[in-house]
Amino acid sequence: MGKANRREFFEEFIAASAEKQIPPADDSIYNQYANKERPRGLSKTTGTLNKYTGTWSDDQIIHLLRRTMFGVRYEDVVDLRTMTMEQAVDELLAQQTTPAPPLNNYNTSTYTDPTGVKLDQTWVNAPYGDSTVNAKRRLSMTNWWIGNMIYQPQRRITEKMVYFWHNHFATEANVVAYAHMMYNHHNILRDNALGNFKTLVKEITLDPAMLRYLNGYLNTKTAPDENYARELFELFTLGKNYKPIYIEDDIKAAAKILTGWRYRTTNWTSYFNSNLHDASDKKFSSFFGNKTIYGKPGSDGAKETDELIDMIFTKQEAAKFIVRKLYRFFVYYDIDNTTEYAIIVPLAQQLVDNGWEIKPILERLLKSEHFFDMLSMDCFIRTPLDYVVGTFRTFDIQLPAWWKSDNRYKVYNYLRYYMGLLGGEPNQPPNVAGWPAFYQEPDYYEKWINSTTMPRRMQFMDLMLNNGFSAGTGTAIKIDPMHLAKKFYSPGDPNLLIDFYADLLLGIGISKTLKDSYKVASLLSYQTQDYYWTNAWAAYIASATNANTNTVRTRLVSLLTDLTHLAEHNLC
Amino acid sequence: MKRRDFLKVGQAATLAYMINGNPIHAYASNPLLELLAKQTAANGRVMVMIQLSGGNDGLNTVIPIDKYSALSNARGNILIPQSKVLSLANTTATGLHPAMAGVRDMYNNGLVNIVQGVGYPDPNFSHFRATDIWMSGSDSNQYINTGWIGRFLDEQYPNFPNGYPNPTMPDPLAIQIGSGVSSMLQGTNVNMGHAISSIDSFYNIVNGVVDPAPNTPAGHELTFIRYIKQQTETYTKAIQAAAQKATNQSSLWPTTANRLADQLKIVARLIAGGLKTPIYVVNLGGFDTHSQQTDNVDTTLGNHANLLGDISEAVNAFFDDCAILKTDDRVAAMTFSEFGRRIKANASGGTDHGTTAPVMVFGKEVNPGLIGSNPSIPANAAVGDNLALQHDYRTVYAAVLADWFQLDVATMDKILMKNYFIQPIFKKTNNVDETTTYGSDDMLGQNFPNPFSRSTTITFGSEGGMTTIQLFDVSGRLVKTVLDQPMEKGKHSVTINRNGLPAGTYFYKLTNGKNKSTKRLIAVD
Repeated sequence: MGKANRREFFEEFIAASAEKQIPPADDSIYNQYANKERPRGLSKTTGTLNKYTGTWSDDQIIHLLRRTMFGVRYEDVVDLRTMTMEQAVDELLAQQTTPAPPLNNYNTSTYTDPTGVKLDQTWVNAPYGDSTVNAKRRLSMTNWWIGNMIYQPQRRITEKMVYFWHNHFATEANVVAYAHMMYNHHNILRDNALGNFKTLVKEITLDPAMLRYLNGYLNTKTAPDENYARELFELFTLGKNYKPIYIEDDIKAAAKILTGWRYRTTNWTSYFNSNLHDASDKKFSSFFGNKTIYGKPGSDGAKETDELIDMIFTKQEAAKFIVRKLYRFFVYYDIDNTTEYAIIVPLAQQLVDNGWEIKPILERLLKSEHFFDMLSMDCFIRTPLDYVVGTFRTFDIQLPAWWKSDNRYKVYNYLRYYMGLLGGEPNQPPNVAGWPAFYQEPDYYEKWINSTTMPRRMQFMDLMLNNGFSAGTGTAIKIDPMHLAKKFYSPGDPNLLIDFYADLLLGIGISKTLKDSYKVASLLSYQTQDYYWTNAWAAYIASATNANTNTVRTRLVSLLTDLTHLAEHNLC
Repeated sequence: MKRRDFLKVGQAATLAYMINGNPIHAYASNPLLELLAKQTAANGRVMVMIQLSGGNDGLNTVIPIDKYSALSNARGNILIPQSKVLSLANTTATGLHPAMAGVRDMYNNGLVNIVQGVGYPDPNFSHFRATDIWMSGSDSNQYINTGWIGRFLDEQYPNFPNGYPNPTMPDPLAIQIGSGVSSMLQGTNVNMGHAISSIDSFYNIVNGVVDPAPNTPAGHELTFIRYIKQQTETYTKAIQAAAQKATNQSSLWPTTANRLADQLKIVARLIAGGLKTPIYVVNLGGFDTHSQQTDNVDTTLGNHANLLGDISEAVNAFFDDCAILKTDDRVAAMTFSEFGRRIKANASGGTDHGTTAPVMVFGKEVNPGLIGSNPSIPANAAVGDNLALQHDYRTVYAAVLADWFQLDVATMDKILMKNYFIQPIFKKTNNVDETTTYGSDDMLGQNFPNPFSRSTTITFGSEGGMTTIQLFDVSGRLVKTVLDQPMEKGKHSVTINRNGLPAGTYFYKLTNGKNKSTKRLIAVD
């Protein structure tokens, strides 16, 4: 039997074990150790929304970068050292340049886009074509997004906010099916990432992708479809599990208001068909102050949707709901009474007062003493995106500059697939509720780590630290362990080098004793004198011969294997 | 047939071994069954690799008593007084460091084989590079990304980790104790080792606990992840189960701190607990004794003495434990270090990086004694003088692969990337057994000298009549007929001239009527 080369081997190995990843009910190990109730008795921060005025050093810088981007790039740490905390947050919240649209990555010697789009040109303005090219474009769109996350040219929170909104207004690309719709939907999230929540809800309500995904386009006066109305209340704005709350008749009334919206596949816009609209008056419960939204004939029927959204946004609950979700996305999942009153309530009030602008809310949270409290650090379990995209960003894995999008997207596609193995493939949430790790009591983020995904996380690092993957490009994409070390000012000092790696890679810090044991076992090959590493590194820098390169690489790989296999590597 | 092919018929092998309750040797005329019998016998064998990091001073470990005047000139400041050297049974020329009473006892009980002067041509004096050479099994100027044990395990367990664990191999292929990734275990696809990252982490696994974490949100999630990681690591359950089946029994385990003993305790327990893991890697660092190798006043004490004492106590207790736990038939261990040290001591009471050093192999199945001779020491050694190479380190690996793990020669050559002769470290050889049937044990003597480079002489007895002595290579191929004629009854001798015979291990077989006897000899350049 022939031996596959190492890359093919891994790719086969991974391909053979693909499946959806939420901890299955019979994951007995997960069930034994995950939260069975909200964690009790932990020392938690009592910090408020008062502006943080404490130390601004690497602990705070790395905390901020980890939570607002995917993984930490050392260059960002260095830059932020020269800024104040406020400058750093302001920059992260600044407007991001709109990325260039997704490209034709799929033309090959045997396949040509039927609408005439050439390789490396964008397809977003081209007509639909056929189902084959549509499927290729759909992957192109998701993979383009992954490329944006990894190679975003500016230091911005935007990519993480797009992920936040994608999880919030969760749509499955395979169900929406149309690549153009997914792209336009994505752009709504991107354009409004730090914008106005109410505007965003309005745009999403009329978004063709959402009309398709939640059957809005089938919602007719003769056969109302309540799907979108229910999720609009329950998942997108008001939430549930509090009293008093909206009632079932409110959902029915909202569904009637939303009848008549349709989309076109010619220019990918939505439109209102008054013939399909239920123009009767819609009465709401006491939760909404017994409000009536009066039916309007003809094209005015579309205005009822605005009135519905205006009515929803009279409720303080809508503000609390989205603020809690933001808190869970950026700080910690467990919101106790202290946090509810110190953070959620005031931020929700601010959101209402400022007319639903998201950016000021985030700014206040991210600049707060609550956010920078030591007790708010390191407790976030890295999502599959943090893990995979973060690895590419932290280790600064670059693709060959001369590559066209065909090869580049092959790499992104492999990462898309691997994030799926870790239970978090972008554009493929399990359902409209998004990923349970962001909403499901009492275990939340813990769901990312289970019997299937934990070994795969470590396998990903093994893969990337050893032979990498080629994903059909013919080039091994992998971590160059020396590349990151070279960015550091003192890679020849084994103690400082381990501190450097640990800061970038590990959530909660590890002890000096443990660091020393890694140093001795890996960097010093069980020698006792630090200068053996110092000399080996100096020799490599002076002359990167096979011998010198081999010597430092094997030792760095050994060290990085140990560090990235630590439980701490999954926290941020 | 390679072992990987054999593994596929593993069930048949077990069955074959038990036909009519007879050992399979009864069917030895069938080559397949013969091979299966060998493989079955090799099953369960364990090699414990004891890495002595830093470069062990071989001259103060296995001491050439017959070179004392030259040694006094070269390293009087650290030399062990001759009267303190531990003497060994059957030799007056070689002794052991006084801290190694445990190893001395094992040696005298026939449990130790010492190969002298082990190294490789064009030696490297850098710790890192020399370590990498020993780990990979490469030449001095060759850069290999896999480890020699990794390649061995690749052959034995193809496609690992895909499809593992499985009923044939439910356990780790190799267990490394300590952090880092042992490059010795690096296979083509993955590192074949399962690391038990620390002594504490082993007992955590055994007790199903994880390290304590602070009572904070971060600590809460860390503890959760640690449990999931521990419990989902492929081999946690196998290790837990093995550890629960056996406990350390020997009263010889040191009660004072001994880093090697802490590791070997775990190894002994896991072997006795039934793990099928064939390879364990343990490590003792601190051998880089550039200064203060010995106590200033009493050279039998000090840093190096403490390290050798640790080895001696730990290994002695380990094999005692194995004997009590009844695993000693299938356990062997060997020490190795990236290099030996310089002949001449330096002014700091230490020794600098050198070349060759002895390798010690332990276990019931070793040929007791010494292979090779005491190193030659110049009467007035200069700073740059080094010990000459006697045995390539890969000849030791060859013995581990061919004789201990019973690999066929072609596979062994592939793993070692060249043909090396097989040091006669183990009693039982693989492709040709050293056996005697019918005749008395002494009817065929050991050739002398052995190893030989030009000619060697074999003494033998004949009952009279046709007497044949043939030379076979390790794969059993006839190389030369040394003698084939009627002989008088009585003692005789015959000389083999090298005449272009390649360096390597050979077997010479005496046939005289129904009497047959086979022994091994080694030709060296």
